[in-house]
Amino acid sequence: MSVISKDTTFLGYRRENGRVGVRNHVVILPLDDLSNAAAEAVAHNIKGALAIPHPYGRLQFGADLDLHFRTLIGAGCNPNVAAVVVIGIEDSWTKKVVDGIAATGKPVVGYGIEGHGDHDTILRASKSARELVQWASEKQREVCAISELWISTKCGESDTTSGCGGNPTVGNAFDKLYETGNTLLFGETSELTGGEQIVAERCRTPEVRERFMFMFDRYQDMINRHKTSDLSDSQPTKGNIAGGLTTIEEKALGNIQKIGKKCVVDGVLDKAEAPTGPGLWFMDSSSAAAEMVTLCAASGYAVHFFPTGQGNVIGNPILPVIKICANPRTVRLMSEHIDVDTSGLLQREISLDQAGDKLLECMLRTANGRLTAAEALGHREFVLTRLYESA
Amino acid sequence: MIHFVLHDAKDTVAVVVVEGVKAGTELKGWIMDEDKTTSVQALQDIPIGHKVALRDMKPGDTVWKYGIDMGKVVAPIKAGEHAHVHNIKTKRW
Repeated sequence: MSVISKDTTFLGYRRENGRVGVRNHVVILPLDDLSNAAAEAVAHNIKGALAIPHPYGRLQFGADLDLHFRTLIGAGCNPNVAAVVVIGIEDSWTKKVVDGIAATGKPVVGYGIEGHGDHDTILRASKSARELVQWASEKQREVCAISELWISTKCGESDTTSGCGGNPTVGNAFDKLYETGNTLLFGETSELTGGEQIVAERCRTPEVRERFMFMFDRYQDMINRHKTSDLSDSQPTKGNIAGGLTTIEEKALGNIQKIGKKCVVDGVLDKAEAPTGPGLWFMDSSSAAAEMVTLCAASGYAVHFFPTGQGNVIGNPILPVIKICANPRTVRLMSEHIDVDTSGLLQREISLDQAGDKLLECMLRTANGRLTAAEALGHREFVLTRLYESA
Repeated sequence: MIHFVLHDAKDTVAVVVVEGVKAGTELKGWIMDEDKTTSVQALQDIPIGHKVALRDMKPGDTVWKYGIDMGKVVAPIKAGEHAHVHNIKTKRW
């Protein structure tokens, strides 16, 4: 019997729009690169406020700008965030992000720097941040049904043990979470290359399959348009190759183990788009770890499963990242980064079912408030996906 | 002790899951999907996570892992040898 059933509960933060988070961050969100300094100054002034700096937001246009807004608004809307202070160089784009986040009903304020300067902006934003941190600190965790937890997955610094151990562990947990009605997500469009038909066959309807193949083919076209070699320096990565992975197909076949044996792909999302119901969703996304995990946070996911073989150290400022590893050498050399050791799988010391349960136990503890290794180590990689050059 | 694992009985390569495999070692393998064991003698040192060939293969042959096509052979491989980027390449890109 699994460690979870439909009756399983956890202690989460219920937000104004009904969504449930597992963290209670007050985020200082810069709209653009120019506003990072002020945002970081506010987070320095006000204890418990979290700045999430990033390098973009100027002269973007079209679909690339839409994605920028969708990612920032999505991050602010994430239920792990209690309240937000947005700082931008100009008022109008700042207001656009404030209005987007305000739709959730959570407290959000915005400040433009132009005409004020950093000093005045930091002063005004710090006053708001102080009030919001004190307000958020009184929020209490409450009992929530397991189905209210949204869980995303993406693997990184994969090696062959990822495909035999780490990723099947996630797959086993996903199969169980699918049964309990959770909202699940996977992506990494390019890293399905060689296994795309397996995913296509798992799509619930012909419409979902068609949308998935459209996303997959579009990504392949982009790679073929820009590539200057057979990509053997990039995919698999040097780290993947050092870990024993030889071809993109081998990497993809290992990657796909994360969606288990029973889950069905219920829908397809664009980057940073929020799902509209429970089930397993595919999101068209970069296979670079921090980009993908940032998109998961922007889509509203509250906990992330991250299997690694060679030892990727990624974290995210608002989405707790649980690391799973089945490579005994990595577990030995990089133990401070690993939350769930499933290396026993490859020696037949534990079954896949036991490994999946071990991950689900860690998931519940994380949801209840235990910090992940990446959180304790201060990993806060927040990386925005760009689609093309600035105007 | 399990020295290597494979997913499907059809696979022509398998993953070494212990450190320190040396040429000449008799390796015990686990076929995960069928929960059966198999064996091969290592002809070369093979690092943990890297693949051992389970059959003799010639250039152009398809390499099978997870019971699925994972690429093509580009240099002759003997059963027990290290199978990696020096003798296997993608069929994509």
